[in-house]
Amino acid sequence: MPVAVTPEAVEEKVVETLATFGPDRAEIKRDATFDQLDIDSLDIVELAQVIEEEFGVVLKGDDVKDIKTVGQAIDLVVSRA
Amino acid sequence: MPRRVLITGAGAVTPLGSGARTLFERWCAGELGIAGGEAACAEFDPTDALGTKLARRTDRFAQFALAASDEAIAHAGWDGGEPPYESARVGCVIGTGIGGIGTIEAQQDILRDRGANRVSPLAVPLLMANAGSGVVAMRHGLRGQSYSVASACAAGAHAIGAAARMIQAGDADAVVAGGAEAPLTSLARAGFAAMGATSESGISRPFDARRDGFVMGEGAGVLVLEDAALAEDRGARVLGEVLGYGASSDAYHLTAPDPDAAGAVRAIRDALHDAGVEPHELDYVNAHGTSTPLNDRAETVALHHALGDSARDVPVSSAKSTIGHLLGAAGAVEAIATLYALRERLAPPTLGFEEREEGLDLDYVPQKARPITTANGRAIGMSNSFGFGGHNAVLVLAA
Repeated sequence: MPVAVTPEAVEEKVVETLATFGPDRAEIKRDATFDQLDIDSLDIVELAQVIEEEFGVVLKGDDVKDIKTVGQAIDLVVSRA
Repeated sequence: MPRRVLITGAGAVTPLGSGARTLFERWCAGELGIAGGEAACAEFDPTDALGTKLARRTDRFAQFALAASDEAIAHAGWDGGEPPYESARVGCVIGTGIGGIGTIEAQQDILRDRGANRVSPLAVPLLMANAGSGVVAMRHGLRGQSYSVASACAAGAHAIGAAARMIQAGDADAVVAGGAEAPLTSLARAGFAAMGATSESGISRPFDARRDGFVMGEGAGVLVLEDAALAEDRGARVLGEVLGYGASSDAYHLTAPDPDAAGAVRAIRDALHDAGVEPHELDYVNAHGTSTPLNDRAETVALHHALGDSARDVPVSSAKSTIGHLLGAAGAVEAIATLYALRERLAPPTLGFEEREEGLDLDYVPQKARPITTANGRAIGMSNSFGFGGHNAVLVLAA
């Protein structure tokens, strides 16, 4: 069963997942851009897979192509729940 | 005059530890990199060596290639890990037998158990056989020709040969070249065992009468090759020279060597001819010496045919007696071992060699390293590599 979508739960999962991709956890803040974190399109696809598995929220390429910051990613997931 | 190709850096990750010198010293000290019938790089920590991001974006074989390249490039004195030449004039050729087989197997499990939309977007860039050359070129800003060579157990030697030719042809001023392999996976184990290639005893004893197959290993070896005139201009420390290269095909059988070894003989003769070296001038031969019944016999035949009377006089030893068979990395790692043997004037031993088999009558340097005496002013050695598919690649080096 997917986990219930709350802003807090999504933020925690997004930050936890991005931290495994390389950037320092302390730098993964809502206003941090993926460029700053050295997170590229391949990482974003992996993040979307983790989100789908955890929350049952499906994000396709078109959904995430304009996402630039951690906060935008979190908000998108919450808005799609 | 073709351009001469100098070796200015060497790096290795092997079952004897990280470091080109470590490989040579531990081998000569008689240490074994084999445990439990396999030769793993047990101490290698990819996150330590490469950082979290790069480590998770590379298969284990490419991680070995990166670590070995880092060492080789630092060894060559390339400031900041960047080439001392125009980057578009620096190439990268990293051979592999298989590529990212660990990734293939893991992603296949995900596909079967969790479905197609769970397969990682990193699956393809991790598993592709050219990933080694791609990530090494990216890490060091090498913008000349880069590609991978896939010729099974000859790939590492082919890569160095192709790199030397690239410099000689004037297509590159320097090339980072070698081989990498990470085949200690369930599918590779099962496949090699099914064809009877790997040792049931778990003991690698090349040329010994009791040999019963190869012991699989993992790792990488990388050399930095530079055009001689340019290397001398920049005051590079020279480790040795790629004197000659010869390559051929058996066109005989998918996996078995031609018992007459005609293809191997041609590769050896071509390499010596390319080097301008007569058989009696060879001070050391680093054998392919897999510890399989067929290879070691065919290779002995090849050395007799190619070297004539000189075959019995030259010390011949196999690194696979200490680190097992690194498949597509073997030729590169063994070229590095050959380089150090020539530099140190010390022929490393064939460990475990005790029982002679009729017809296997060369000087296999049993058990103990032995000084190399040379009348050449510099020591000259040869490294043989032969691969499934009938690929033969032979390098002649000097130091």
